[in-house]
Amino acid sequence: MFDEQPFCCHGCKTVFQILNEKKLDKYYDIQPMSGIKVERTDAGDKYEYLDNEEILADLLDFSDGGISKIKLFVPGIHCASCIWLLENLYTLNTGILQSFVNFPKKTINITFKDQEVSLREIVELLASIHYAPEITLDQLDKQEGTNHEKDLLIKIGIAGFSLLNVMLYNFPEYLPGGDQLEEVFVKVFGWMSFILALPVVFYSAADYYLSAFKGLKHKIINIDLPITLGIFTLFAQSTYDILSGSGIGYLDSLVGLVFFLLIGKWYQGMTYQALSFERDYKSYFPVAVSKTDGAKTESVPIKNLLVGDRIVIRNHELIPCDAKLLKGKANIDYSFVTGESMPVNKKTGEIIFAGGRQAGSSIELEIIKTVEQSYLTQLWNQDNNKKDTSTKLNSAINKISEYFTAIILLIAFGSGLYWLIFDSRLAIYAFTSVLIIACPCALALTVPFTFGSTLRVFGRKGFYLKNTDIIEHLYKTNHIVFDKTGTLTINSKVKTQFKGDTLSEEEKRIIKSVCSHSSHPLSIAIANSIKNTQLKETHNFLEIPAMGISANVDGKKVNIGSRKFILGKEETETSSTNVYVLIHDKVVGHYKIENVYREGLQDVINNFKKKYKLYLLSGDNDSEKDNLTKIFGKNAKLLFNQSPTDKKEFIKQINNNEANHVLMIGDGLNDAGALMESEVGLTVADDIFSFSPACEGIIESSKFKNLYEFVNFTKVSMKIIKISFLISFLYNAVGIFIAVQGILSPIVAAILMPLSSISVVAFATLSIKIISKRELS
Amino acid sequence: MSVVIILIIIGIIVAGGFLAGFIWAVKSGQYDDTYSPAVRMLFDDSKEKTENTPVSSDDSESKTK
Repeated sequence: MFDEQPFCCHGCKTVFQILNEKKLDKYYDIQPMSGIKVERTDAGDKYEYLDNEEILADLLDFSDGGISKIKLFVPGIHCASCIWLLENLYTLNTGILQSFVNFPKKTINITFKDQEVSLREIVELLASIHYAPEITLDQLDKQEGTNHEKDLLIKIGIAGFSLLNVMLYNFPEYLPGGDQLEEVFVKVFGWMSFILALPVVFYSAADYYLSAFKGLKHKIINIDLPITLGIFTLFAQSTYDILSGSGIGYLDSLVGLVFFLLIGKWYQGMTYQALSFERDYKSYFPVAVSKTDGAKTESVPIKNLLVGDRIVIRNHELIPCDAKLLKGKANIDYSFVTGESMPVNKKTGEIIFAGGRQAGSSIELEIIKTVEQSYLTQLWNQDNNKKDTSTKLNSAINKISEYFTAIILLIAFGSGLYWLIFDSRLAIYAFTSVLIIACPCALALTVPFTFGSTLRVFGRKGFYLKNTDIIEHLYKTNHIVFDKTGTLTINSKVKTQFKGDTLSEEEKRIIKSVCSHSSHPLSIAIANSIKNTQLKETHNFLEIPAMGISANVDGKKVNIGSRKFILGKEETETSSTNVYVLIHDKVVGHYKIENVYREGLQDVINNFKKKYKLYLLSGDNDSEKDNLTKIFGKNAKLLFNQSPTDKKEFIKQINNNEANHVLMIGDGLNDAGALMESEVGLTVADDIFSFSPACEGIIESSKFKNLYEFVNFTKVSMKIIKISFLISFLYNAVGIFIAVQGILSPIVAAILMPLSSISVVAFATLSIKIISKRELS
Repeated sequence: MSVVIILIIIGIIVAGGFLAGFIWAVKSGQYDDTYSPAVRMLFDDSKEKTENTPVSSDDSESKTK
């Protein structure tokens, strides 16, 4: 909020500030960018590691002659204003020569003079204008995406080029009297078409042969096999026609077919470039930590850490490997690892597992296991037994194509044999005609276009899938497993309720004043629940780990904390978290703090309950069991105190039955193993660009209430696919009816084949569009 | 007849030129990001009028090419 106007992001706000001030400033053209407000947030030593030569060399894309280039991932890139601001970086720091934003990938390429400005300064500058880049470990093992997409575009370009030209040469054939074309033209046009078709057959369509061959090797008849058969027969027949001078062939149909197929592939291959579905611990961990030898500290890459090294972890820093606490008060927040939102206190000498975040003052640790061998990293790395889903992919279409191929071959041989007996001149022609016309182009386009459209519709509604295959897997699921913390509940929100004597305004102010001194989530929750804004002065503030806080306000002693801290008795209540308040030697009551469930949870569960077997796996204790039983009903299985390994094993158990297909919905790293093990793993994320564990799909947390509609919509998609199959079969039936009679002419092929493809594609995309408008809110 | 042949040859050369252009465009990464250039185009316009910055973006752009 600025000037009482809401902004979509900090970028817009900054740009607005600039423009706003410029408007008031008459001399804006004398001093450009005078109004920019660079908030000098003190990043401290957070980016100190960027001064380390070794890390720098790994991060920089290019560095020579004083000029360096780097590509940074900036999740904060949000809108057009962000591009404007980020591309004007050079006005903020003259050492920066150029910054170039790639919006879909949310990256920024910066070229800078490394003598004038260091990478650390650039990153700190970015952070200060609220575009903190994400620099993580997996960036160091740099791997540029393959040029697969570019290849596909070039293949489409070549196919399109050939298609238009070949159609031009074949055009006379389409017109009445085309058969009276001069001999020379037939020859020239034929040869030209042949030359133009060569790159299409041998380059553009090559992937289909490879896929068909791979399928045969695994004894699977996939849809690419009849396509390959069709392409080869078309090409052989046309080549024969052209060489023998008997005609111009079917090359227009052939090239058109390949072109449409490639378009389908391209449409299906649309991905969310800025989203990452395959993250592992590497993208969660920092690049470097501060190592100390007692006297001085320096930043070292975490891959160089050895057992026995001593490291310093500051407030909000992540612990990269299992370590022993040497010094300081450890207050470790494992919320992303275990789902537990309350920080854990550790005493000197205790072992701290990797993945936690320190909250509070700096601590010193001694490493007992390297990063790769730490407990959690090991857990996440057990992905080698991840089911090979690719063999099951497109099972519906592959099953059909198995029968399809067999039937087509049968008809082709049958008609060939028939004509061999009755009119042997037509035998080979009838045989090839059947294979040509039956080429399942429309069939092959159905799935990419239906699922491609579904994927796009989902994406617009805040549900992002890794690829189109996931839709079919989602359709098949019959068991749904939920994680609790962060998935069903909102991590950042709790419900606070005061039980006891009614608090006076004065008392509320005292409580808020004391609580606002502590960074403990419970203190924050209580402080936030009190609306009063005036704070009182507090003295002698003391935070006792695992107990509570204490301070003097207006000469009164105030203690806030656990039952044990205030009353000296162990907590007996397990159904909620209670915080007791003692003001001036009098216990005034306690705050009851409960999780807040996501909006619409009850509806989502009610809908799922009818058709799916539901489970809940929670890493927490069973304090919420009664509440959850009410929501989930009696048939659901609710399990508590589940470790990450337990969760994974549980999914494995369900998977033991072949008929079971598991959809797992989780959020944190503690679910990573389970998400991997399940057939479809969904992550609920508040910010879809921030870190999420490896999964098949990401759903915006605000769209969680629509989850049932999304899952249910996959059924619509499958229905549309089935209808499209039917349509393309009808076309095939008509085509084959003509082909078996041995009267298929190039013109019939040239009309029938594109027509079937286009009508199927139109049907699939339009119906998804129309139905999604009705079904998905 | 010869006219048609010549036309066809010219046609294929022109179309081939476009194909070459397309392949070049793909290879030089112009299809990597189809959103930001559209927005960036609008920025450049206003920049010329209101700014006289030490390093103009046009200069640095041509340097990297």
